[in-house]
Amino acid sequence: MEKRNTKTVSKLVLMVVGMFCFAFALVPLYDLLCDITGLNGKTGDRAYKYDAAILTPDKSRLIKVNFITNTNADMPWEFYSEKGGVRVHPGELKEVVFHVKNTTSRTMVAQAVPSVSPSVAAQYFHKTECFCFTQQQLKPGEELDMPMRFIIGPEIPGNIETVSLSYALFDITELAARGSLPSGQAG
Amino acid sequence: MNAVLESSHDAHHHGPVNTGLKRWLFTTNHKDIGTLYLWFSFSMFLIGGVLALIIRTELFQPGLQFIEPEFFNQMTTNHGLIMVFGAIMPAFVGLANWMVPLMVGAPDMALPRMNNLSFWILPFAFTMIISTLFMPGGGPNFGWTFYAPLSTTYAPDSVTFFIFAVHIMGASSIMGSINIIATILNMRAPGMTLMKMPLFVWTWLITAYLLLAVMPVLAGVVTMMLFDIHFGTSFFNAAGGGDPVMFQHIFWFFGHPEVYIMILPAFGVVSQIIPTFARKRLFGYDSMVYATSSIAFLSFIVWAHHMFTVGMPLAGQLFFMYATMIIAVPTGVKVFNWVSTMWQGSMTFETPMLFSIAFVILFTIGGFSGLMLAITPADYQYHDTYFVVAHFHYVLVPGALFSIIAAVYYWLPKWCGRMYDESLGKIHFWLSFIGVNVTFFPQHFSGLAGMPRRVPDYAMQFADFNMISSVGAFLFGFSQVFFLYVIIKAIKSGQPASDRVWEGAHGLEWTIASPAPYHTFTEPPVFDDSEVHS
Repeated sequence: MEKRNTKTVSKLVLMVVGMFCFAFALVPLYDLLCDITGLNGKTGDRAYKYDAAILTPDKSRLIKVNFITNTNADMPWEFYSEKGGVRVHPGELKEVVFHVKNTTSRTMVAQAVPSVSPSVAAQYFHKTECFCFTQQQLKPGEELDMPMRFIIGPEIPGNIETVSLSYALFDITELAARGSLPSGQAG
Repeated sequence: MNAVLESSHDAHHHGPVNTGLKRWLFTTNHKDIGTLYLWFSFSMFLIGGVLALIIRTELFQPGLQFIEPEFFNQMTTNHGLIMVFGAIMPAFVGLANWMVPLMVGAPDMALPRMNNLSFWILPFAFTMIISTLFMPGGGPNFGWTFYAPLSTTYAPDSVTFFIFAVHIMGASSIMGSINIIATILNMRAPGMTLMKMPLFVWTWLITAYLLLAVMPVLAGVVTMMLFDIHFGTSFFNAAGGGDPVMFQHIFWFFGHPEVYIMILPAFGVVSQIIPTFARKRLFGYDSMVYATSSIAFLSFIVWAHHMFTVGMPLAGQLFFMYATMIIAVPTGVKVFNWVSTMWQGSMTFETPMLFSIAFVILFTIGGFSGLMLAITPADYQYHDTYFVVAHFHYVLVPGALFSIIAAVYYWLPKWCGRMYDESLGKIHFWLSFIGVNVTFFPQHFSGLAGMPRRVPDYAMQFADFNMISSVGAFLFGFSQVFFLYVIIKAIKSGQPASDRVWEGAHGLEWTIASPAPYHTFTEPPVFDDSEVHS
């Protein structure tokens, strides 16, 4: 009896330890799932590599891309895009400039977090350059123009005519000071 | 069977080793620990009930009368936490402690010392949770689902106490489950094969596995919160590369099995009681076991139906909608079996039976509103309204809680050797039955009309429904104080109960003396088919 109980208990404890680890394994699994499905409108955290020679714009389609900028919670910076929206052909490289200004009297670090809606479009929204890949450290009153270049993949489903790209600007001065952030971690 | 009776008579003279407080602190006896769990959960039930009445008092009329919105949020949060983790779950563990060894013919739980530990850490967890209400900044105010960033970035300082309390009660549940599984798998009386086990034992076996699968995930998610709050990680912080939506996915991966953890043992309880008072064998025993197992399996693949409105691909919405609806099939099998058990039975309507029949009817109503919520497009309207509140209170109060009350009436004569007063029991039943429906039925309507959850104030058009709800809540609340009186009266001055207690009762627990001797089944009993009833 004693022996059988020990055996049962060790199996069950193993199951508990396994499930505790599984909870943490869900974090990378979730990121992977988001990468594959574009869940939550995540657009990836690295610059898109492309070959201009083979990428030909699909002149038959025109997609409207809206830009939405907002600052999170108490973040006091100015943050806006030069254009509210642009029309692009799938496969065409486009550049939009975003503008930030540190309106405070102290040096701050910011991180922009993008999100694409509808979320299925996220996997076709390729950025070759984006300020969201890095953090922005601005001195008091400093301003910055930040270009963002993107291509919408020609394979984007035909029913998508409008794509909205939203950026939320977060104040990460404290997180950055703690040194607990690898640069450009934000997806 | 004579051998059993004699051996338990011998054992009768060996009471607890210690007396007084020491007896309860150091006890490793499954009956003592079961009693401790039951009284603990009853006291938590009363505390959680007081919080509920504070909520209903504020909602009696529109406008802010008695409490601040900030305090109201602490009331809803702590009501949920205390009722789920402090009242319902420990009550079922208490029933398991008392009844599983008696039902399988084991002398005690497999790991008696761990059993003591798993109970005695619980009071610490709940003292911690309740003490946060008196701390500067207040207690948890982010809802019992503690969604990040409400529970991380915007949480009161006391959130750390909440996290450790969740760790402790998780540890308690895990140890309790390991104990129950080991007892059931290794200590059954000779002749009791798995498919001859009473259904209460079956449902607890499956529940225990569910607990072992998801409590570590809950521990994981609160650990991530702890890291986000104190160690600068960004699991759920978008600024640092995390994702608050991921919190909801991990939480509900725990949370959905959790709601079945609270209802499967209830299925087991009514599957014991209905055959007794219908004087028939349980209809479709095998299908009950398979239905319970399928419900347990399905509970792992439906979590995202709690978060349709958070946004997910169409394929995901369809999958979670259909998967959720499939659960209605095994649940329907169970309801069908209970009704068929009663069909043409020689039914009598003692208090446990009344609560069980009410369970079948009212739980089914809660199940139907669940089906409505499962429909993704409809859920966009129902989400976060009082319709959801009505739904889960219908499955938890006249569902889980009624089954616990039924179990107490059913087994109390075996525990203390005395019968409760049948008339008082019936009065308690009718007060509870009316109270619960007056409280929660109008919430369906206010929810469909658009009243949001977790608000201390509401628009004028919801005033009537809320007033009815509050009246019902006070009726229900006070009838549970009456329940306490009925129990104490039974323990102190009830009529002596016979060993079999109920005419139609079958099972090993009824072969021992009433009250159950301190040590039972020190020699394994002979289990023959005459005691198989469910």
